[in-house]
Parts: sequence; structure tokens; C-alpha cells
Amino acid sequence: MARKKRSLEEFSADPAAQEMLVRAEEMGVSTAFHRADALAPCNIGAAGMCCSNCGMGPCRLTKDGLTGVCGATIDTIQARNLVRAIAVGSAAHSDHGRDMAFTLKAVANGEAEGYVIRDVPKLRTLAARYGIPIEGRSPEEIANDLADLYIAQFGQQDGQVVPIIRAPEKRQKLWKKLGVIPRGIDREVVEALHRTHIGDDQDAEHLLHHAIRTALSDGWGGSMIATDVSDILFGTPAPLLGRANLGVLREDMVNVIVHGHEPTLSEMIVAASQDPEIIEYARAAGAKGVNLAGICCTANEILMRQGVPAAGNFLHQELVILTGAVEAMVVDVQCIMQALVGLAQNFHTLIITTSPKVKIKDAVHIEFDEHQALTIAKEILRRAIDNFKNRGEVHIPAAQSELIPGFSHEYINYMLGGSYRASFRPLNDAIMAGRIRGVAAIVGCNNPRSTQDYLHSYVTQELLKQDVLIVETGCGAIATAKLGLMLGEAGLDQVGPGLREICETVGIPPVLHMGSCVDNSRILTVLTQMVEEGGLGDDIDQIPAVGLAPEWMSEKALSIGAYCVASGVYVIFGGSSPVSGMPDRVSDSDLVSRYISEGWEKLYGGKLEFIPDPEEMVRKTLEHIDKKRAALGLPEYDPSRFGRSGDARILELEKLPLPERREALYGVPVR
Amino acid sequence: MSRYIATRAIRGAHALVTEAELMLQKALAEKGPETPVAFPNTAYYLPVIYGMTGIPVEKLGQLEPVLQHARALLHPLPSEKRWTPYLGETLDCGMATLLAAEAIEAIRFVYGLQPEPMPGFRLAGGTAFTSPDNGAGGESLDGHLNGPIDDIQLRTWGIQLVDGRMPGFAAIIGAAKSNEVAVKIVRELQQRNILCFLAGNVNGRSIIHQLIEEGVELGYDTYTVPFGTDTISAIYALGFAVRSALTFGGLKGGQAREILLYNKDRVFAFVLALGEVDDLKYAAAAGAINFGFPVIADTVIPEILPTGVTTYEHVVSMPFNEIEGKDDLERAERLVQKCIEVRGVKIKVTKVPVPVPYGSAFEGEVVRRADMRIEFGGKYSRAFEYLYMAPLNEVVDGRVEVVGPGFEEVPEQGHMDLGIVVKVAGRGMQEDFEPVLERQIHYFINGASGVQHIGQRDIAWIRISKAAAEKGFNLEHLGKILHARFHADFGAIVDKVEVTIFTDPDRIEEWLREARKAYDRRNKRLADLTDESVNEFYSCTLCQSFAPNHVCVISPQRLGLCGAYNWLDCKASYNINPTGPNQPIKLGTCIDPVKGYWTGINEYARIASHGTVEEVAMYSIMENPMTACGCFECIVMLIPEANGVMVVSREDSSMTPAGMTFSTLAGMVGGGIQTPGVMGVGKYYLLSPKFISADGGFKRVVWMSSILKETMAEELHAVATREGDPELISRIADERYAVTVEELLAWLEEHDHPALAMPPIF
Repeated sequence: MARKKRSLEEFSADPAAQEMLVRAEEMGVSTAFHRADALAPCNIGAAGMCCSNCGMGPCRLTKDGLTGVCGATIDTIQARNLVRAIAVGSAAHSDHGRDMAFTLKAVANGEAEGYVIRDVPKLRTLAARYGIPIEGRSPEEIANDLADLYIAQFGQQDGQVVPIIRAPEKRQKLWKKLGVIPRGIDREVVEALHRTHIGDDQDAEHLLHHAIRTALSDGWGGSMIATDVSDILFGTPAPLLGRANLGVLREDMVNVIVHGHEPTLSEMIVAASQDPEIIEYARAAGAKGVNLAGICCTANEILMRQGVPAAGNFLHQELVILTGAVEAMVVDVQCIMQALVGLAQNFHTLIITTSPKVKIKDAVHIEFDEHQALTIAKEILRRAIDNFKNRGEVHIPAAQSELIPGFSHEYINYMLGGSYRASFRPLNDAIMAGRIRGVAAIVGCNNPRSTQDYLHSYVTQELLKQDVLIVETGCGAIATAKLGLMLGEAGLDQVGPGLREICETVGIPPVLHMGSCVDNSRILTVLTQMVEEGGLGDDIDQIPAVGLAPEWMSEKALSIGAYCVASGVYVIFGGSSPVSGMPDRVSDSDLVSRYISEGWEKLYGGKLEFIPDPEEMVRKTLEHIDKKRAALGLPEYDPSRFGRSGDARILELEKLPLPERREALYGVPVR
Repeated sequence: MSRYIATRAIRGAHALVTEAELMLQKALAEKGPETPVAFPNTAYYLPVIYGMTGIPVEKLGQLEPVLQHARALLHPLPSEKRWTPYLGETLDCGMATLLAAEAIEAIRFVYGLQPEPMPGFRLAGGTAFTSPDNGAGGESLDGHLNGPIDDIQLRTWGIQLVDGRMPGFAAIIGAAKSNEVAVKIVRELQQRNILCFLAGNVNGRSIIHQLIEEGVELGYDTYTVPFGTDTISAIYALGFAVRSALTFGGLKGGQAREILLYNKDRVFAFVLALGEVDDLKYAAAAGAINFGFPVIADTVIPEILPTGVTTYEHVVSMPFNEIEGKDDLERAERLVQKCIEVRGVKIKVTKVPVPVPYGSAFEGEVVRRADMRIEFGGKYSRAFEYLYMAPLNEVVDGRVEVVGPGFEEVPEQGHMDLGIVVKVAGRGMQEDFEPVLERQIHYFINGASGVQHIGQRDIAWIRISKAAAEKGFNLEHLGKILHARFHADFGAIVDKVEVTIFTDPDRIEEWLREARKAYDRRNKRLADLTDESVNEFYSCTLCQSFAPNHVCVISPQRLGLCGAYNWLDCKASYNINPTGPNQPIKLGTCIDPVKGYWTGINEYARIASHGTVEEVAMYSIMENPMTACGCFECIVMLIPEANGVMVVSREDSSMTPAGMTFSTLAGMVGGGIQTPGVMGVGKYYLLSPKFISADGGFKRVVWMSSILKETMAEELHAVATREGDPELISRIADERYAVTVEELLAWLEEHDHPALAMPPIF
């Protein structure tokens, strides 16, 4: 089946991306966009109806009543595939968390060059939460204990992983009752792999039960640990001005792109790029300095904390190289396309792999070691600077947008009441009154099989008009940033009247950037705090909130989706479902699909659904929000009741000449 | 906030913190860091600073870290474009403003610039218990504005704040559109018993000037307290708020968040900004919002209607000309209504059909002889009041009859005899409630502006001012007030109320005899009403809205520590509201009749104090004494060296042998915490045979504020006689003779006080 080549507008909604795709076509090089067109996905695999777990297969079950060679039914196969995908996603996040915990340990023991403990209050708060003594102890002593505790979570064999205690009490009880509290992070992943071996767990519901436990070990385990430690070491984010899109590249500077997921190396590169010695080295090479920019979640990590610009999201990784302006792309782990190396060969760009876990054939490998972090960071930058002279023709799109990122839950707490009255009360109040209809978390990847950024943008913009406050992470966040929706200004004219009042009162953008994909754990914390603040029920599943991943593609997204469901959230994924089956052709091929929706909803109050149509996504989101509002006995959403707050009138009045202003101060007499 | 408000508030905060820093530098250079700083007659140091930072500032030098903290709370102005959030930052700047403002006022005190001088101005001070001619106050009340609310007043108002008689306070900042409007606003608030704190100005003109020009009495007595004519003096309102939390809420300095939430949840206050709002006012308002106090302006300012930091809207703009109303007076009325709505102030307004303003705010009003039209009772005439119950069919509800001539013929400043007889009926009425209701006559009549009531029974003393008489107030109105109020306040037990006012001498004679028989009967009943004669005491948790863990146990022989509720009051209150704050407590088994332990009381105390109190000894100060909220009339405290106790009245601001004044002592007693050796009590408990009877009783009193000796001379003499030593009172020292333990011991030796010979108190 020959596929029609898509237009530029169908490739991406981002003009900067379109500009680069033109260049790619001019140069005759391929990108993920083109490859997605050229390579149709396997429809049987995509529906989850293919099993390749043993040497008797692969078995493709395309007819009614067909089973695998071993007799496995479609639902077993789909469930196994899903469990495996979730295990991989969970492993990726959690292994990131493990590395962070080890870094914390090294910092605590003075063995990590260049790192310090930046957020002592957060360290103390967390430690106290886990019963680690804090009084009269140095941050290093406390950090050492916390690191030991966190490291132990990975290899723990029994009991429950410690961050679980940060969930609402009722939720913890539910998990306990259902037997899904993770015992140890690694154990759940290993068990997931074990159970999906040939001839093991062959009951779909039983498999999916473990999928939940595995996902929880990510969200309330590895991911949460990763976020905690990143904040402790690099500072808990607070709002600052940042920029996003390819326009952040500089013609006159050495451009170094950091791409991947972990902040450990990238933070050190940020520090190194400001080192006078390095700046001097760059000057000597004829550049004005080193311009650092991020791609994917590394971008989010350093954007949130340091204001380092984001060159783009996942699908920008090739496009940024196409500018010809990148001296080096430094990558660590996750979501790094192998195609980068081949593409870079058309330019002078160096692809530098750094993780001991990730090598890419023909890329330069400079292995990162946190014990000599700064030294290695400088070495990497020198390599990039040395490469500046090899730069050829440069084509940097002008497009860039400003944004205000940095909404950690700690800052959200502060912003709603200041140092003395910090709380979630105003947020809960706004939802209860109906100024905010509900909350949507729009997260996840880019997927070249849909128009880049389009689904994110459409859903985000539509929900804003309906007074839905939006929080975002990951590549979805960068998509929204590119549209300028993460600015206070957007809160004045891109949203419904009630949400505008809130944005204007607090000074926030209507879309809050909460960090990288591992930082979805922040959203769990926010939801928990909303429950604890009171007025929105006593568990997460009662909050009028929805999670969306419109352009998902990674297995991590599936893990995130599953732990959100287990936490009580309605999760909507765009694109295609990995367990869709073909119910119109093969009966019972949608058992799993139905179970993760209806079945999980009965157990957890949350459900996972795949909805490709963006309008339907918006409709279902609002329907769910309104359903939850009604269940809480909150007033029906009615935007006409709100919108009187704000500066508009006084700003008009201030334009008047002084005498008239004096007069107008008391208002216009009513007749 | 909005960006506009944030910008102006943050700018104002920067300016004020800088001003405070400069003032402090100057003061440190001129006066030195060791110079004492304090607000006179107040506890809790500089209260906002103490509450928010925990720093007990006593010397000038200690203000340095405070201002450093204030400086650290400041944030840059929000950008014109691409702004970062500003709500939290503005609230922090608001707090910085408050800290700076309080520091400035403290420094001004050092220079003698506070309270703000206002030549020729006279505060309506004094207390409700003095003679009407005595209220003009001494020199200290003259020629200046009020400054901070003193501690006695705070505690006096405490009970009213907790029982809802005083629903909240308004901090009025600026100047009204006209004098007429200023008066109307204040009158409207007074009628609702809302305390008015006045401060600030607009272009030099303050609401204080406006009210003075219009002859409105300002001071504690009229619930309108002029703090100062600048915005900075509004800090005293927030100091009052912090002290309420510390005094009644059992909170400690430095528990900032708890103190602020206490105010948000329990103190119904708001800011009313009159006239143009400048940077500093925005900044101060941001500070007030930290307390959960919303801001209402009568001009165009940005509105902040979402809720959260405050319970309802944060900032409301009601441009005065846009308020619907036929004239400015009606607009003023609507403005006040809006304020009440925004703060969610709970108000019980009883419409009383009299031609003068009516409300508790007028209860303390004094009618001086010069302003008087007529008086009943006092030196030159007789007046009495008597309430009794009758069968339902014998009472004509709403009938008010005046028997005898009115006062029209009596010359100005004259007097005549008066008898007020109230006949009530109701299915829930009991004879025991007669004296309870009768005592209300004092409060009810006092509520009318221009009418003053003192005393009770046959020592009642009523004055009507010329102003009230000119407005048409006559004797019949006394009856109308009583009818309206008894229905409103006691509707649950009273169905019918009939009032007869006697001026006819023969009828007065006749009814007075009747009344005196009843008084005797009631006295007898009260004398018989002992702790042993009943099988239930009453709880009083009225103060739990303010002091969440405190509970009073009220027995026939031990009234509530506020002095306002005795056993019969509680019984009546329980009948009026069976789920209210007064609940019968079954005594259960008596564990120890001497110390006063009952199983039922202990059990109740445990539950009602939320586990903070395990046991209560009714008759001991040394062992598990009863806790206190903050509105006690007296503090009883052990003086170990003297083998006895001292009793300090809250009206006594002088030093005591314990080395502390009432204000400081009060900090150890309040908040529902059990502290052996210290106790807050109602002053009439001193007269009870059960007064610390387990520890030796009244003979343990070695020191007592002279004001108690004077105001209760007769009663105390009776107690002395009961204790077998009629000279006992003269053996008790007071602040005139002993303010140290050494002086006290010398006095006791010299006067042969019995406590010295008593067994060791512990």
C-alpha cells in the first residue's frame, strides 16, 4: 500500500520545523518525518496481536479463534506486550533515578567533582518525611542517609518502596488492598520480564495487575526519586524567563546541544560553558562564547533550573543538526535516534555519546563519570569549540518563543500564598468555585506519525478556552512553549474568563511547565496536595482532572499512563493503541483494550483510553471533568459568572489627565 | 493580586522598608542599640514582629535583624512583559511592609511621637464601671490619638469577639468622600457592633479629622479607635489581630502561619480603603491579605475576586458613585453591607424600633451630666427593674405601657423615679431564668445611642442624653427595646414580653416592694445553690472559636472566668440552644470532694479539650487547675515565698510581686494550657466558699489589686467575716504597698496575715 507523501504542514505544525524540512529535502537527507512516511507500521504488531516472545513464533493472530503455538490467546499476548512495554518504560525512568541517587551519595561523600547540595530545605523536608534525623546534622550527613535509603529502594525485596507514603492515605489503603504496592523497584521490573516469558503468566487481568505494580514503582518510585534528587542537587525550579525553538541557536557562538534525559552531565556543561577559561578558549577559536541549548527532556531539566534555552522537542533532534550550526550534540540516555550519526556526517556536527549505557556506532564516545564531572564537561566543550572552524553553511530559523517555566510543586505552593501562607487553597477554591473548570496534564512525546505539535497545541488551546488549567512536562511542554502559551500574557487573552482571573491574580501562564517526563512525579505530588488541601474529595480519583499524552510514542509514556491510572487519573493517549486489536475482524481482540478502561476504572477510579481524534479528546476530557465536578457537588461550570477581576479598568483610568482621573476615581455615577 | 496591584504594593514595600532602615540607623546613632522599645500597656512585645518572626523586641538594636528579614522578603517589581508570577511575592512584600511599619512606630515611640499628637482631642476612654462623670479620663487621654489598643481593652473585648456580640473589626484607611459619608459609614458599622479602627489619610485629610469635625466621639467606648492619621499606624490593627491569636488562641510568637490562619478563620476583619489608594496602602493591604483580611475600596482599583488566601474575595472595588442609592448616605450604607458580605461577617442585627441608632457599640457610651436630658436613679432619684414570669394567658405580647407622667415636664438635667417591670411568658421559661433575663436589661438599654444604663435591680441608674431626647426618645422606647431584644435573643424560652414603665410614685412604691421580695427570694435561692445541691455542672465552650482547646466547667459556686456566665446563665443558655456552647455535664462519681474531682468532669474535659487536659480539680490552683482562654477578669497566682496567692485584676496595669504585670502574666495563663499555680478566674469566684478551697480558700489571698478591694468592698467584707476574720481584707497587700516579694513579705509580717501561719501550700 503506497502512502502519499505528506505536506510540510502535515509533517509539523511548527514553522521552524517546516523550514528545516525544506532544507532536508533540498539536501536530499532523510529524517524521522520522511522515514515515517516511507515505512508503514506493521498493522498486526501495532494492534498488539503479534507475539515474538519465543522461538516458536512470531505468532500473528489475525483470525477468530487463533492462538499462538503455545496456545496463548490474543488477550494474553496483548497484556504481555503491554506489561513488557511498561516494564521497559519503568526501567528507563527508574534507572535514571538510580543514577541520581548514586550521584547524591557521591556528593554527600565529597566524591563528585563540581556538585553541591543546592536545596538544603528540600533535603531536610524529605529526609524528615522518611524519619531520617535532621536536627544538628550537616546537609552532607543527611544526604548520605537519604541516598542510602533511595539506593536501597531499587534492590529492596519486600515491604513497600518508601515514596508510597507520599500518596493520599486513602489511595495507599486501596493499593494495599489490591496488592499493588511495589516491593522494590528492580524486583517489579524483573518480575514483569519473568512473567512474560513463554509459558508463565497467562491470564490477562493477572498480568495487567502486575503492570500496575511495575508502573507504580516508576511514578511513586524511580521517577519520584529522580525528581527529588535533581532538585536537591540542582535546585528546586522556580519561574524564570526562558526561550524555545531553533531560533535560540547563535551564528556567532559555538552551539552545543545537550539531548537526552539526565541533568547530571548537562548541569555540569552549563557550569563549564560559563567558565572564563572555556569562554576564552571559544573566543580564541573565533566565537563569542559557547551557546548551550537543549533538546528533549535534558532541555527541560536545564530550562527549568537555569533558563538555558530549549532548541526543541524530540522531533527537533535531527532538525537542529540540519541548521549546520551545531558544533556538538552531547547525548546521554533515552529517545536519541541512531539516525543522528548518519545525519551529522553531512555536517561538521559531532555526536558525542556520554553514558556508559549508551553508545551509538560511529559516534564519539566520551564517557561521563560524576566523580570528574567538571573536567569531562570541559573536555566536551573544548572538542565542540575545536570543531567551530569546521562549520559550513548555516541556516538557523528565526522562530523562537519566550516562556516562563519552573513550576515545581514547591513553587506552586509558594506562589499561591507567599512564604507565610503558602498552600493550595486558592487553586482548590478556584476549581470549587468553577473559575477553573478542571485541570489537565498534557504530557508526552512527539510522534512523526502525526503532525508534530499539532495534537498538543490543539488540545491545549481548546481546553484553555474552556477554563481548564493545564500543567505540562516533557516534549508536550516544549510544543506549547513554542506557541507562547507559557507566558503570563497568554493568561489574559487565550483563556476563558474564570481562568483569566486566576492567571491575572497569581501572575501565571495558563499552562504551567513542570519539567521533564521524569517530573510527572511532580504532578502526582500536586494532585496529592490538592486532595490534602481539602474540598476536592479525599482521593485523587475525585479531582476534576485528566491526563493526556496526545503524541505519545515511548514506552515510558505507557508506564506514566499506567501509574497515573493507578493513582486515580483518567488518562487519554492520542495516536494508536498498542492493544487496540481488530475487533471488527477478530472477536475478543479488544478484551485488554476494554479492561484497561472499564476494568481499571472499577479498581482504581482511573482508566487508560486511546483516542486519536483531538476533538474527541477535548470532548471526553471536559465530560470527565464535569462528571467529577458533579460528583463532588460543585457548581456546574458557567463561565458567564466570572471575569470581573483584573487591571483593565484601572489601566484605562490611568490614561486620563490628572484632574479627570481624580474625578473618575469614584466611578461614573449611575443613573 | 493583579499585576497592577503587585507593582504598586511591591514598590510601596520597598519604600517603607527603606524608610524603616533609615529611621533605625538614625535612632541607633542617636539613642543607641540598648534603648528600650515597647508599645505601652500591651503584651507580646512588638506583636506583629513577635508573632511573625518570634523575635521578642525589647531594645532598639533588636530591630536590625527584623528589618533584615523584611528586606529579604522583598521582591523586584513584576516586568511589564514576560512577567513571572507575583502573588506570593506580593504577599511577602506585604509582610515586609508590616514588619517595617511596626518597626517605624516602635522607633516613633522612642522619640515620643506616638501615639500621634492631636492637640485638643479627647478619647472616649474609661471603662463601663465608672461613674458617668468620671469617663473624661485623666491627662493621659488627652491631646493625642489612641496608638495601640491596650491589653485591658483587648481582653475586655475578647468575650464579645468570641460570643459574636462583636462580629469583627474594620480597619478604615483614608478619608471618606465627605464628612457626612464618614459619619454614616462609622454609624453603620457601630450599629452592627463592628469595631472601627481608623487610620491613614488622603492628601493629608483623614477620616479621623472628618469624624472629629462632626463631633463623633472616638475611643474604646464607642468602638471607634483612632490609631493615627498616616497609613503606618494601621499596623496597630494587625497588632491587635496578632495579639488576639496569642491571647486567645494559645499560639506562640513565631508561629506565623498558625497566627495568620487563626485570623483568617476566626477574626472577622476587613480593610476599608476610602479615597485614592497609594503605593503604601497597596503594600499594607497586601500585608493584611496575609491575615485573610480582604480589602474593599470606594474607588476604582483592580478587583481580585478569586478566593483562597482570604475566605471570600481578596480585593473588591465599589466606586462610590456607582453604588446604587438615592443619596450618598444610602451609598455609604450599601458600602458597609458589601464589606460585611465580603468578609462573611456573621451579624445578628435586631431591628429595634427607636429613633436613635442602636447596637452594642453604643453600650459603653457615656452620657455626661452636661449632655444629659434626664436621669433616673443615682444620687437624686430611685430606679429599679424587675422581670418575672407569668402564665402565657396573662401576658400581652408587645404591650408597652407607661404608668405616670413622661419626662417632658422635668427640667433639663433633672431627674425622676422610674420602675421597669417586665412580664414574660414562654413554654420553655423557668423561674430560675428570671434573674438571668433581668440582668440583660442593662445591656439591652445600653445599646441605644445616647442612653446609658448602670447597675441592676434597685440600684439601676439610667441617663438619657439631650441628643436622644431631641430625636424623640421617650420612656415608651425603653419598653420597645426590651420587647425586641428579649424576642431576638431569648426567643427560644420567651414567647411573650410585656413591659410596664412606672413613673407614678405610688405604683413605684408598690412594685418596688414586690420586686424586693423577689430579689430576696432569688438571693436565698442563690445562697442555696451550692455545688453539692446539683448533680450537673455546665460546660462553656463559647471561647473555643478563639481558644480551641479551652473549656470552662461552671458550677453553681464557680462562675466562668470571663465573669459573664454563671451556672444559671449556662442553664438558660442550654435551654435556648440545646446544642450550643453550654452543655450539662453529669458529675458522675465524686473522686475527691475536697479538691473537686468528678469522673464526669474529667471525662468531659478530656474530650472537650481534645486530649490536652486529662483531669480538672474544681477547687485547687495547685493541682490540675482549670485552664483559661484569654478573657479572664483576674489572674490568681501562687507566691511561694508568701505561702499564698495574689489576685491581679485585668484593670490593674501596675507591677505585681510576681515581677510581672497582668499583661505578661496573662501570656502564661491563656490558650487552654494547664499551669499549676496560675489560674484565670472571674472576680466573683473570689467570693465563693469554693474559691481554691482545697488549698486553704480565701485566706490564702496575700495580695490583691486595689481596684478589686474598692469595687467589691462590701462583698469582700462579707467573705472576710465568713472566714472568721473581719479585718482580713486590710491584711491583704496591694500594688500601693508591695510590688516585690520582699515588700510583700514585710507587709504580711507587719499586718499579721493568716497565710503565714497556714500549712505549707505545697
